[in-house]
Amino acid sequence: MSTRTLAAPASGGGTARAAGPTALPRRRAGAGLDRALAVLTGLAALFIVGIVAVIVGNIVIFGWRTVTWEFLAAAPRQGMTAGGIFPAIFGTVALVFLMIVALVPLGVGAAVYLSEYARPTSRFTQLVRFSVNNLAGVPSIVFGLFGLGFFVQFLGRGIDRGLGLDVVWGQPALVWAALTLALLNLPVVIVTAEEALSAVPREMREASIALGATRWQTVRHVLLPQALPGILTGAILSVSRGAGEVAPILFTGAAYFLPYLPASPTDQFMELGYHIFVLATQSPDVDATKPLLYGTVLVLLLLTLLLNLTAILIRSRMRARLAGRR
Amino acid sequence: METAIVEPPRAATAPIPEGAAPGPGPAAPAAAARPPALSTRDYRLFYGPREALKSVTLEIPERTVVAIIGPSGCGKSTLLRSFNRMNDLIPGVRVEGEVRVAGLDVFAPETDVVELRRRVGMVFQRPNPFPKSIFDNVAFGLRMLGLGDRGELEARVESCLRQAALWDEVKDSLTRSALQLSGGQQQRLCIARCLAVEPEVILMDEPASALDPTATARIEELVQELKASYTIVAVTHNMQQAARISERTAFLLSGRLVEYDTTNRMFTSPREKLTEDYITGRFG
Amino acid sequence: MSAGPLTEPGPAAPGHSATLRRLRASGRSALRVREAVIQGALRAAAVAAVAGIVLILVFVLREAFPVLFDPETRKEAGLHALTATAMWQPVGDVPKYGVLPLFVGTLKVALVAMLFAVPLGVMAAVFTSEFAPYRLREALKPVVEVLAGIPSVVLGFFALIVLASWLQALTGAVSRLNALNAGVAVGIGVLPTIYSLCEDSLAAVPRSYREASLALGASPWQTAWFVTLPAAGVGVTAAILLGLARAIGETMIVLMASGNAAIVSPSLLDSARTLSATIAAELAEVVVGSPHYSVLFFLGAILFLVTFVINAAAAVLVTRLRRKLRGA
Repeated sequence: MSTRTLAAPASGGGTARAAGPTALPRRRAGAGLDRALAVLTGLAALFIVGIVAVIVGNIVIFGWRTVTWEFLAAAPRQGMTAGGIFPAIFGTVALVFLMIVALVPLGVGAAVYLSEYARPTSRFTQLVRFSVNNLAGVPSIVFGLFGLGFFVQFLGRGIDRGLGLDVVWGQPALVWAALTLALLNLPVVIVTAEEALSAVPREMREASIALGATRWQTVRHVLLPQALPGILTGAILSVSRGAGEVAPILFTGAAYFLPYLPASPTDQFMELGYHIFVLATQSPDVDATKPLLYGTVLVLLLLTLLLNLTAILIRSRMRARLAGRR
Repeated sequence: METAIVEPPRAATAPIPEGAAPGPGPAAPAAAARPPALSTRDYRLFYGPREALKSVTLEIPERTVVAIIGPSGCGKSTLLRSFNRMNDLIPGVRVEGEVRVAGLDVFAPETDVVELRRRVGMVFQRPNPFPKSIFDNVAFGLRMLGLGDRGELEARVESCLRQAALWDEVKDSLTRSALQLSGGQQQRLCIARCLAVEPEVILMDEPASALDPTATARIEELVQELKASYTIVAVTHNMQQAARISERTAFLLSGRLVEYDTTNRMFTSPREKLTEDYITGRFG
Repeated sequence: MSAGPLTEPGPAAPGHSATLRRLRASGRSALRVREAVIQGALRAAAVAAVAGIVLILVFVLREAFPVLFDPETRKEAGLHALTATAMWQPVGDVPKYGVLPLFVGTLKVALVAMLFAVPLGVMAAVFTSEFAPYRLREALKPVVEVLAGIPSVVLGFFALIVLASWLQALTGAVSRLNALNAGVAVGIGVLPTIYSLCEDSLAAVPRSYREASLALGASPWQTAWFVTLPAAGVGVTAAILLGLARAIGETMIVLMASGNAAIVSPSLLDSARTLSATIAAELAEVVVGSPHYSVLFFLGAILFLVTFVINAAAAVLVTRLRRKLRGA
């Protein structure tokens, strides 16, 4: 709606408004306000774009020189002033991998149940939806508290006591951090998977059921294959969040410097986000570690942006395909 | 989501135990007489408070083609979907009375609904092939049954595609996606897919209404070929089609079975005035 | 046609083969068992979501209980101790657990974040839905998605290394890391949330509203201000509430950018400390089961409840909005 069309003077014919000098000035002032509003809000949008450009630009400019193949493949040396961040990358990958292994079956399973098995009005269904919505709103530090209080202290110590071990499971470990992150991302996966399943047209279910397939056969052979892109989107988004969230792993397994790579789920691990945090806030010589710090930030940023981009691409291709099919 | 399968509606009458005599019909001489392929007795269906089917009683003999006609919303599809219990997919449905397939109560608690749906196949108004290859579509039901042998699958797929008069058109492109076929071909594919699990009855819910006249004619030809081996019940809003393909016709109006007779008699000298009005186009 | 119940395949009819009959009869009971097991497993997965939130509540409260109920803990860090003093100094000869500075800090940071993000987000959303041509609108979306995808630790890093210096140059503040710095960074973090939800709400306002208004001779800005925005008002409020909840709960950015000084001061240019950052900073060093430990969990419980209430309010608004739009 351009202001031009409205600023056009009214023609003489039969309007209820009295023509005359009183009408025109009002419209002119209105036109000015229109433009002002458009400009103001446009500036706001521009400012947002500027923020993104500045942040990403700053990181790229100061970080790109550090990110070499050696940087990605080597371990840190000399008190984080030289070397690379391979252990942090490895730890992040291991963490996210374990998270996905726990998260996807649980999240997709819950979504399948909600979408295909549960009665939409039953109290159980409403309870599950309520829980999912609330889980989504819990601050990430509270997840960290939970991870420490439940996984490490309660479950971990319980397992140690049960197996007669000293302190193996009852301490910060890869598995506990992974499970904490899995819980954090559960709503994302459940919601996207449910959306993907309900996007499968009803006729597919009818055709399958009418052929004598059971409900699970329908889910497994007809619905899940068609819902796969949507489910994948949710999984990728949660990988991105899993790699980026630091608060949940602060006390559940991340460590600043380890001379070894995590070899078992009970080991601690280095992690990109955690590394950035400690390096930025607790480095004894800020200037010396700055290159490594910027490099690490750039790596994490590229990683999360790449993952998000992939998820968005899959989602838009899926939407285009659905729109084209109708 | 109305796709969740709800508890099977509870039949008002007790289920008939195994091996008992078939449902009502012309007096059968002995237990050797075969029960009708499909039958209903005082069958009523409710969507919540609304009575969608009002005490329908009819019998459909084996290997005949029966057409169900009537204006939109009269309950034709609902009645059709009762035979393979597809109405279970809709929440809030309640039933009374009997529906029998081969003399057996479909609402009996011990009825295996999955098996019922194999014996009573369905073809839908809009062709709904899976987004898989032509081969995988036809083989779907067989694979769900656990048939894994490639050679046997191929033989059966070919046999069904031949029965559905589609084999010559697709035999060189079985791995192509089913969605690339034309509407008429897709519908014949759906018929082939349905035939693969060897049903006794084929229910067709306005099978040609989404197709062009040429494709429609082919489907009608197909029905004539299939009736030698299968019992076919077809819902149609096209009376000329009903007259062309069926031996018996049932006329439904607002959920009530107004008249059910041989097609010939129905269209030349109907007994009910309502039937005559509908057929001559005075309403609906 | 058949003698058996409708649980078995019928007798041989034309074209029926023995193979299929055999398959149909044999696999049945195994299939039914498998279906039941799978359904149980899927239900258990759904239960996990419920169990998750319940367990979080239970375990956070469990570790926080001593603050309210254990006499030993209460002596040192009971509710009385938390509110009696304005000093937060849990590590020292005489531990002090006054939570006031933490609440003040949280409030300051959240306030700055909202003052930064709400006008920006709402105005940008108005621009996108009312004024921007289609191509510009579609171009802005990925930009916001990029912003949403930046991890908070990266935003915290940026605020610590870059933004703090700029703001210091701008304001002449004594402490480089302060509530303003953290607030702006948190605002950047919640901006995508507010923008996206506002944009969705504005886009959901039926075109007929706008068209009716414009057809009556109202100008675009009048339409936006008097018709569209009020119609989307519920959604915009929900967006703001959700942004607020996230701002209150934000941890990493504040931990890195606020200076972490637990003081009570009205100035935004002073270093501040929030509830979430306190937990994050101190939990690693605390002795399990000590009063300090319990207080930290207590703070976590407060955070949980506050954000829960705000999110619940937003959810209520969203359902009301949906109902209104559906009725419209």
